[in-house]
Amino acid sequence: MNINMTLIGQTIAFAIFVWFSIKYVWPPISNALHERQRKIADGLDAASRATRDLERAQEQASETLRESKEQASQILEQAHKRSSQMIEEAREQARAEGERLVASARAEIGQEVNRAKDELRAQVSTLAVTGAERVLEASIDEKAHRKLLDKLAAEL
Amino acid sequence: MAAGNEVTATYYIQHHLQNLTFGKHPENGWSLASTSSEAAEMGFWAIHLDTMGWSIAMGLVFVGLFRKAGKLATTGVPGRLQNGVEMVIEFIENLTRSAFHGKNPVIAPLALTLFIWILLMNSLKILPVDYFPELFSRLGVEYMKIVPTTDPNATLGMALGVFILIIYYSIKVKGAGGFAKELSLTPFNHWALIPFNLVLEIIGLLVKPLGLGLRLFGNMFAGEVIFILIALLPFWAIWVLDVPWAIFHILVVTLQAFIFTTLSIVYLSAAHEHH
Repeated sequence: MNINMTLIGQTIAFAIFVWFSIKYVWPPISNALHERQRKIADGLDAASRATRDLERAQEQASETLRESKEQASQILEQAHKRSSQMIEEAREQARAEGERLVASARAEIGQEVNRAKDELRAQVSTLAVTGAERVLEASIDEKAHRKLLDKLAAEL
Repeated sequence: MAAGNEVTATYYIQHHLQNLTFGKHPENGWSLASTSSEAAEMGFWAIHLDTMGWSIAMGLVFVGLFRKAGKLATTGVPGRLQNGVEMVIEFIENLTRSAFHGKNPVIAPLALTLFIWILLMNSLKILPVDYFPELFSRLGVEYMKIVPTTDPNATLGMALGVFILIIYYSIKVKGAGGFAKELSLTPFNHWALIPFNLVLEIIGLLVKPLGLGLRLFGNMFAGEVIFILIALLPFWAIWVLDVPWAIFHILVVTLQAFIFTTLSIVYLSAAHEHH
């Protein structure tokens, strides 16, 4: 156990190994380590972001669904209202039309009756004169009795 | 025992604690030391081939493994190797962040290198003490001490590297004047006490690497000696003691690597701070 040149030799070997370590050993491993750490952190970050996004999307979807349901029910309600209105209108129109038809028919009937009455009246007087002529067989002054007969016919 | 019945326990222990030394012997010139005394006579101009070889081998294992992981590193799903390596990297990153205040891209890779390298070198101790010395003696190599951290040269060598960085960053961050001021005017801010402060601070500074190196060396060396002593017992007693001690050493091996790394970070952090 003597102190000798081995000491210097060991120091030189030490220096060389340390230099090599600084230059070629440490950087690649350390870099890979830190790079991976960064990657993992990024990955975790992305995962949490994706979860957040998914939550938001689900929320949005349910919101949209709710809105569309509401709209659909609104539209349905409107349609119901509109259809009942239309039915009501149609009924009203039909009633009015019917009334109108009835009224015109009545008026026509009235006219017809009056015309028949007039005709009848005209014929009655003639008939009465003819009848009277036949009964009397005598010539009656048509002119003198005409007024009387017309009066009679008007009384019918 | 490795070398037969005639060798004594003392010789066995000394043999196992002797490094394979190549150096300039006063008589034989540049040669491998064949005995402990010959190695001692070589003085400073010698080198422990086993310490250097095994420590560089472990360093290459570290560099190779982590470089491979770095090349294969993806930001996608990591493989098994990448998972393990990333675990270590994150551990070191957290350690650096908690112990080092400030920003310096050198500290974390430095801590990684220290931790894994020392851990690998310490882990060689779990291998049975006789295997490699026996194997190498069959190959004609007399001494082979495979755990580099049981050699004070190795631990103090790394501590010296850390010490150089402490001085470098102290001067870089505070400037030469600031560093000198810190050494001379703390803890007592008075001109008359400058010599006293200087002595105190320089001792404090020098104790840092010395403590780093000797703590690791002491723990590893003591553990090694115990392993060798256990290996001297009759063979039925060896595993009874060896197994618990080895299991205990898994803890020591990791703990000492961790302590060396953490203290290095703390010392370097202190070098970056103004007082």
